[in-house]
Parts: sequence; structure tokens; C-alpha cells
Amino acid sequence: MSSQVRPRRRRIGLRERMRMMPRWGQILLLVALALFCYALPLLNPPFISPPGTDFSGVLFTVAVYALIALGLNIVVGYAGLLDLGYVGFYAIGAYTVGILTSEHATWTWLASLPAAIVITMLSGVLLGWPTLRVRGDYLAIVTLGFGEIVRLNLINQEWLGGAPGISGIARPPSIPLFELPHLDWSTGVPLVDLDNTSTFLVFGVLDITPYYWLALTFVILIMLADRRVKNSRVGRAWEATREDEDAAELMGVPTFRFKLLAFALGAFVGGIAGALFAGRQGFINPETFTLLLSILFISAVVVGGQGNRWGVLLGAIVVAYLPERFRGFEQWRVLVFGIALVVLATYRPQGLLPPRRTVRAQKMEEEIEALETSDVAVAGEGPDTGDGPDADGAPPEEKGAGRG
Amino acid sequence: MQLQYVLDNFMSLFIGGLVFGSLYALVALGYTMVYGVLQLINFAHSEVFMFGTFATVWALYLIGADATTTGLALVGSLAFAMVIAMIISGGVALLLERVAYRPLLKRGAPRLVALISAIGASFVLSEIMGLRGPIMAALGLDDEFDRYVASSRENVGMPLDRTPTVQFEILGHGVTNRDIIIVVSAVLMMVLVDQFVRRTRIGRGIRAVAQDPETSSLMGVNSTRVIQVTFLIGGLLAGAAATLYMLQVGITRYNAGFLLGVKAFTAAVLGGIGNLRGALLGGLVLGVAENLGAGLFGSEWREVVAFAVLVLVLLFRPTGLLGESLGKARA
Repeated sequence: MSSQVRPRRRRIGLRERMRMMPRWGQILLLVALALFCYALPLLNPPFISPPGTDFSGVLFTVAVYALIALGLNIVVGYAGLLDLGYVGFYAIGAYTVGILTSEHATWTWLASLPAAIVITMLSGVLLGWPTLRVRGDYLAIVTLGFGEIVRLNLINQEWLGGAPGISGIARPPSIPLFELPHLDWSTGVPLVDLDNTSTFLVFGVLDITPYYWLALTFVILIMLADRRVKNSRVGRAWEATREDEDAAELMGVPTFRFKLLAFALGAFVGGIAGALFAGRQGFINPETFTLLLSILFISAVVVGGQGNRWGVLLGAIVVAYLPERFRGFEQWRVLVFGIALVVLATYRPQGLLPPRRTVRAQKMEEEIEALETSDVAVAGEGPDTGDGPDADGAPPEEKGAGRG
Repeated sequence: MQLQYVLDNFMSLFIGGLVFGSLYALVALGYTMVYGVLQLINFAHSEVFMFGTFATVWALYLIGADATTTGLALVGSLAFAMVIAMIISGGVALLLERVAYRPLLKRGAPRLVALISAIGASFVLSEIMGLRGPIMAALGLDDEFDRYVASSRENVGMPLDRTPTVQFEILGHGVTNRDIIIVVSAVLMMVLVDQFVRRTRIGRGIRAVAQDPETSSLMGVNSTRVIQVTFLIGGLLAGAAATLYMLQVGITRYNAGFLLGVKAFTAAVLGGIGNLRGALLGGLVLGVAENLGAGLFGSEWREVVAFAVLVLVLLFRPTGLLGESLGKARA
């Protein structure tokens, strides 16, 4: 027990130290972190940058996953709705851009972005309106069905490009300003490599770095917006709905409307991610948007720590970056990923970075348990005691899958 | 829309749907029982089924059955393959419970985390099957087991002659011996399990844990044992379903479980998850509906029809067709 508690204490310390810093210090630290993230493809640090593949491409994938994890976190982490069809929104975002810029119209990428966002949000509301009335696990399978229906429609409808998909999708607008050189570490010391430069800001075919910058910008914007929403009345309503829907309803929270809002906002972010993906890739086909991707997204959120935006960011990095980094072990990586999921679920059930509230609840739970066991030896324990917000004493059949 | 086609071939579409539906139902039972007892989606159950399909093929390799096997020898080798498949699948299910679930439940992990663990286990199981060639090569055994592990990412076919013969006709559609074997054995096994849960001592334990795990453990029910038995039954049925599936479809591969698993889970939800009879009904309804839908709109819409049926049913009956939990089933 004590070995389990100790690392958790240390991390809370880090968190509190961060909070004890003056506000300007916090902002300075975050800005420095953001700048470091922007500079990452240029620094091209050894060991971190995966051998044999384009580091910027990997970073772009990580950034898109981070965006998706933030969006899905609103649905799963904040509102507690298990969504196994999130890839549907990602696909709708990408396909809206594809259709408007290549297949049926010749809009620019920038013009199609708002359209993609609006259409994805609408699809989120359309999916949520009938299905959010069903309970936790049923919602999971219905959303899973939604994701599959979207994918199969993309394959079967000739109008949507069919199985071959859509090619020739417009790229984001370029504003060539100046060139930035990458670092070359091949000799062991960093050298400025003037032959390998990224032009700020040209969205070309070969250099992925500008796409990464764009995606990272969206990640930062969504992080800021997420923080505002989470700490508002809406965020509290989600939390109340997640913890106990009936009680929330009794307290005057229109839970259905807030769940729908969570769906729409989650879809919003998924739409942006899809549009970014389409713009970078230039071509899309239905095979990209499989159910497996939905499952990876859910893994990112839960592994990182659902409900904590930094946690899900970390989860996205784990899910998107690690397989790329170890591409050398190509055929073994899914196996290793699976083992990692089981091990993580067993040893860190709250995720790598659980939300502050869960940590606090866990600590109190442990204290109460310690008091109880010192007073009277309590024998039989139910299978679902001990976790944070889930341990509210409700009988198991009344709990939704998305909770906890 | 090919309404005329559906009307002309209604019976054959219907019976084809029943055949697939009973396979869904058998696998769905594994999902529904685990859900009834633990309230969690055993995502790796599809891989339990997939191991059963391979066990079937390997058992047939082992006894040297091939396309020339006929008559009683054919029936015998199929029965042998089914027993082996049930043992292997049951074993995998027990292993799954031991490795991916019990440590979590002991620590009181949230249910979504158990789902992640199941997803991880599902990846591991299907990758082990997909990498059996390289794994055996690493162990230096690939020559010895070449027939079993060669080209492990490719389709593996049933070595038997699976051509069905028509036994009798209903409304102009010939019902084959294969159809009869699959539907009858599936329904028979489900009745057996239903009676097991209703009438036996351990069945009562299963119902008690499904109703209230804490109280039942206070009443002296060994919940670990109950959970094990639940996984074992699900695994045995998935193994049986695997042999029947190989009889019907004839090929498998390392990721063959996925789509069938999704369908079976859909069937379980459709019938009312946690409800044994619901699983049977849900499986049959799903099989028939998607077959008729595929006839009506074209086979590329098969899965869309399946999920559309699910969504429609859930809109009007939010807890599935029979909507009753495992705990509430009375003896």
C-alpha cells in the first residue's frame, strides 16, 4: 500500500509547487513550454526524434491526437459519456473539407474550416438528440454504431468519393515570410543545417513542420478554451451530471441539454482535427477512419487520465508517439501497445495524470479506509470500492459506463 | 431497393439470417453473462472466439482430417474439433479473467479502466495469433509446427469438405444439413446454459452476484468463483460458436473476431444486455434483419442495417427487446 501511495504524493507536490508560484511565473513557464513545443521540429533532438521517419510528420500526428483527446475528454472525462464512435466526427470534419475543396466545390481550406466545424457540430447534435436518452453502456454501443455507419456510408456512397476516397484536397493558405533552419545532430553536436529549412509559413507537400505549427496552435487555443469552459457553470453542470445524473436533475441542472452540449463541443474539436488531417494529407479514404481509431482515442483519454486536460495530452502523446518512436519493432508494436494498456490499467487505474479531484477523493478514501480497518476489521469488500468519484455507494447496475 | 428480390427469396434470406443469428447469439451470451455479473463490456471476448476458430482448424490438422473425410468420420472429427475449440476458448477466457480483470477488480478500478484493460488484452490476443509465426521462429520451433504457424497474417481455411446437402424444402428454399446443425446446436446449448443458470447451485450464485455483489458475498457466495464460471461458460460457448462459424464461413484470420464480436455485442444489447434469453432473441433478430436488409439495399449495406436496427430498437425500448438483467431472472 505504501509503495503505491508514495509516488502519488510526490506528484501532488509538483502540482502544488506549480500552483504556489506567482501568476506571472506560471504564465512564463507555460509560454516557455509552448515555445519549446513550437521549436521541437527545428531542434530535432536526438533520441526523441524517431529514426527513419520524418519527425515533423510524427509531431503532427501527435498534435492531431492531442486535439482529439482534448475533444473526447469533454465527452468522456467531463460529461462522463462513453463515446466509442468519436472517429465519426473526425471523419465528418475531414470529409467536409474534402468535399468542399475538391470533390464538389473549389473552396479554400480556410473557408471550408468553419463549414466543417458547423457540420460536425450539427452531426454531434443529431447523434446526441435521440441517443443521449439511453443509459451508459447502451450509449457506448450506439455511438460505436454511429462511427461504423459513417464509415460505411463513406464507402458506399459514390457521392462521397466511395472506397477510393477524395484526393486533391486544398491545403491551408501559405504566407511565405522567412526560412528557419533545422538542427543536425548526426555528428553528436548540434549543427545548423542550412540545407534543411522550413519556410514560415508555407504549407507544401514535403515539409510537414508548418502543419505541425498550425495543429499545435489549435491545441493551445482549445486548451485555453477548455480551461474557461471547465471552470464555468457549464463545467460544473457536467461534473454534477457525471457524478449523479438524478441528483443533478433534481438540483435544477438540465442534464440532457448539458450532455448534448458536451457532444456538440466534443464534435467541434473532432471536426477541427479532421479538417487539419485532410488539409495535411491531401487525400482521404474511408479506411483511415476505422473503429480501431475510436478505440485508440478512448485509450489516449483513459490512459492519460480522463478529466484532466494535461493528462489526456500526455495520453495522446503515449498513444500516438510511442508506436512511431519504436517503428523499428514494426510487427511487435501493437502487441506491446496492448500489453502496455493492460499494465497501465492495472497499476495506474486513474490514468497517468488523474484530475486533482480524483486524487483528493482517492486520498480521503484511503484515510477513511485506514480508520475503518484500525477500528474494526472489515471483511468482504465489494468489487467497486476504492476508486475516486465512482465510489459513491450507488448499486453497480445504476452506474453508467462513462463514470468514474 | 430490390423489394421484388426480397419477396422472391424471403425464405432463403430468412434462414440464412437465422444461421448467422444463432452464431451471434452464442457469442453474445458470453458478453451478456459477463456484463450481467460485472457490469462491464468484455471487449476481448471476440478474441476468445477467434482462438476457437483456430483451435478448430488445428484440431482437424492434428487428427489428419481433410477434404476426403466423409460420413461418420466427418461428424466425429467435427465433434472432436468442437470439443478442442471449447477447451481452448474456455481456457483463454479464464486466462483473460485472471490477467486482465481480477487484478483490476481487486484494486477497485473504475469500470472504464476495465474496458481499457480489455481492449489491451484484445490487442494482445489477436497479435499473438497474428505473430505466431515469428514467435515460433524466435523459439526455434517454426519448422516443427510449420503447418500451424506458416503465414500467420493470412487467412486460414477449414481443411474439411464443407459442401452442404439439402435435407428438405420450406416454401421453395432448401434447408441444408449445415443450417440444421448450426441452428439446432446453438439453440440447444443456449437452452442448456439458461437451465444451468436457473437451476443449479452455481447458477443461483451467478444470479445472486449479478443482483448485488456485496450482499451475495456476505451471504457466502464466492464471487471470484462465480466470475470465473461466468467467463468459462462464455468461453465454452464462444468455442462452440467458433467451430460452427468455421463450418459456415470456412476461413479465419487473426483479426476475424473483431467484426463478429461487434455484431454479437450488438445482439446482446439488442436483446437487453445481461439477459440470457435476450441474447438469443437479439442474435436471431439481428441476423435476420441484417440479411433481409442486405437483400433489400444490397450487401454493402449489411452492417449499416444492423446498427440502424439497434438504434431504432434502443430508441423505443431503451433497455433492449427483453430488457431484463441477469439478476432478475427467476428460477
